[in-house]
Amino acid sequence: MTEPLRRPKRKNPILRTRLPVVPPWTRSRVALGMTAAAARGSFELQRCSECGRIQYPPREMCSGCLSVDLSWSPVDRTGELISETELNHSHDLFFRERLPWRLGLVKLACGPTVVTHLHGDVPEPPCTVRVDARLDRAGRGVLIAFPDKEAPNMADDKQLREMTCDPKFRKVLITDGKSAVGQAMVRAVADAGASLIWVGHAEPWKQPPGFSELESIPEVTLVPLDLTDARAVREAGGSLGGRVDILINTAEAHRTHGVASRYGTDVARLEMDVNYFGLLRLAQEFGPAMQFRGADGQNSAVAWVNILSVFALSNFPPHGTYSASKAAAFSLTQCMRAEFKPNAIRVVNVFPGPVDDEWNQLIPPPKLAPERLAADVVAALKDGVEDVYPGAVAREWFSRYREDPKVLERELCE
Amino acid sequence: MADRAQTPYTGIAVAAPVTVDYCRYSNRSAHWFLARVLRRLLDESGIAKDEVDGLCVSSFQLMPDTAVGLTQHLGVSPRWLDHIPMGGACGVVALRRAARAVQCGDAEVVACLAGDTNHVDTFRKMLGSFSQYAQDAVYPYGSGGPNANFAFLTDHYMRAYGARREDFGKLCVAQRENALANPNALFKTPLTLDDYLNARVITAPLRLFDCVMPCAGGEGFLVTTAERAEALGLPHARVLATIERHNAWPDDPIQMRGGWAMDADSLYANAGKGPDDIDFLCTYDDYPVINALQLENLGFCNEGEAPAFIREHDFTWNGDFPLNPSGGQLSVGQAGAAGGYLGLVEAVRQLTGTAHGHQVADARIGLVSGFGMINYDRGLCSAAAVLSGGNGA
Ligand SMILES: [Zn+2]
Repeated sequence: MTEPLRRPKRKNPILRTRLPVVPPWTRSRVALGMTAAAARGSFELQRCSECGRIQYPPREMCSGCLSVDLSWSPVDRTGELISETELNHSHDLFFRERLPWRLGLVKLACGPTVVTHLHGDVPEPPCTVRVDARLDRAGRGVLIAFPDKEAPNMADDKQLREMTCDPKFRKVLITDGKSAVGQAMVRAVADAGASLIWVGHAEPWKQPPGFSELESIPEVTLVPLDLTDARAVREAGGSLGGRVDILINTAEAHRTHGVASRYGTDVARLEMDVNYFGLLRLAQEFGPAMQFRGADGQNSAVAWVNILSVFALSNFPPHGTYSASKAAAFSLTQCMRAEFKPNAIRVVNVFPGPVDDEWNQLIPPPKLAPERLAADVVAALKDGVEDVYPGAVAREWFSRYREDPKVLERELCE
Repeated sequence: MADRAQTPYTGIAVAAPVTVDYCRYSNRSAHWFLARVLRRLLDESGIAKDEVDGLCVSSFQLMPDTAVGLTQHLGVSPRWLDHIPMGGACGVVALRRAARAVQCGDAEVVACLAGDTNHVDTFRKMLGSFSQYAQDAVYPYGSGGPNANFAFLTDHYMRAYGARREDFGKLCVAQRENALANPNALFKTPLTLDDYLNARVITAPLRLFDCVMPCAGGEGFLVTTAERAEALGLPHARVLATIERHNAWPDDPIQMRGGWAMDADSLYANAGKGPDDIDFLCTYDDYPVINALQLENLGFCNEGEAPAFIREHDFTWNGDFPLNPSGGQLSVGQAGAAGGYLGLVEAVRQLTGTAHGHQVADARIGLVSGFGMINYDRGLCSAAAVLSGGNGA
């Protein structure tokens, strides 16, 4: 059984912070299909469209019938652990610093034999296991075998925790705690066991309902933070950047205009200033310090969460300028992913459909409850997922987007 | 489908077994080691460089060159050329290719060369780029090359057949004793079973002396006609039969047998010999578990019976079942692709009575087997050859 994680001791300031290294990230193009699925929280292997064969490692052809018509499909996760080893030596720096490290050889019920990371609760072979894909610290999909049955504290497994961003005992910054989403986010990470929660707030004259109650949560500290104020972001980055393990950017400006309904650029500028430039300011002020702590022990800096919008994928004309600002932010997060990758900070993008708040008043239901959104973000952090589509609307949009972005664009013009 | 009968190897001589410059690390390149092998082959045989009309090369570190580029380095103009990237199976496969070339007159004197260098970072750099599957599906898991793969095989073999660490240890200890008499071996100190059992864990259940040590070095031999060898007064061995097989048993969930298990019967049939006729065995031995598989698959015992077989026999060069009389890779070192030649070169030495200090008495028939290329979860190439002494035994 996994030893439950202990609340970390105060860090010894004299010790050098271990610099982050990540597992080998080079993959062939065909192998990145597993990574793409894992990023969405799905375990998919290659399936031959002609003969149905499921195969691994990924390749360009079906090794049975030589068809090249292959697709990534969710498969049965059951397998039998046939052999195991424990690495006490590795040529790779990431693993060398984390030895011993357990690996298994699993015969999947759906066909192939796979090399996997092995959760500490898996008994000796032979035994039944459940194989799943996770993103490793380099953001690449890897396989891990879990025990057949759930056990207590499984999330605290040393190897699994190197693939997830669990808020337990971590220090979290939520950039705006005033919105309904921000408040729900604070409660969700508190419930998930975060040890410290800094809650940003701008515009001190505004006291929305529920906000003052946040202060009664023992882990919460309020911090002034206005993403449109470069100096304020710099100051916050200077005082908190080196301590934040998970940053959740909930701050946003949302108005409901397209091109014609609002003459001029003032509203669009405000949206861009918070949603895009605000993110850029945050990334510049917090990014370097968080990356420096990407391997800082059990509670290293691990994740940067962006609450985007499903409108970032394809413009929703009634909220046209807002959509554009979220698309800009989404593009910037892809740049952040590339830059943060060598330092093990995962950039998690959340693409909610319309949230049930004042700015989406005129959008018909179903609308996403802020609590549902917050719960999905915490689940994504625990599972190590990179792209999150919370709620039925977001999932439907995303599947339409994957099917054909052009068709979706035309549908949204109706 | 019944295989067509293999045409016998007639009039083929395997001569001039050479081993050069084994060392743990070298500043030189693979080209340097291959040149040293060729030079030594010429010196030993008295053949002039321009009389070599066939060249066969194996090397991991030769890149970006292949055998083609190497001809310009060596200043040779062969009319027959082969490059065999089969790791631990390259020696036997080179012999097969070269023997047919000579037999059919495509070449008369084929120099078979294998050599590799080893810089401090050579092995680490090779791990991630060894194959597409290794890059995509093994290296990202932290496993240091073949260690994890053989740990899986060893773990499974021990559970399936009740093999004990002492069984594998007995093979390693015997091979070390063999190596002590071999001047080319890098391991110069005796190994006790206690040393073996108590060594540090590398990749459980594998410990230090289960894992081959990468090094630099070269190996080579000549393949020519028996007439030519006799005219030159070269002691030589003959080829009785050979096999090779790639990606055998792809549906086995884990490797419990190599390609030998598909082809050993035809090997013995073509050789006109059986396991009882074999005077010594040179296996591919980067990890002891693969010795166990070869003992089984080559018909010395049944599947799963290698542990009992090991307990019953003495594997030193003067024991009742001489195994890797050179010391094998586990005690000589693994000089990259030259590791795939080690057993064959040693077999020719034994069959020509030129082994130093570890000559197996009355060595007339030898069996050499090769195993190579851990592409993902198993070794893909297997090969074997039955050789006899020059007088046909
Ligand atoms: Zn197929």
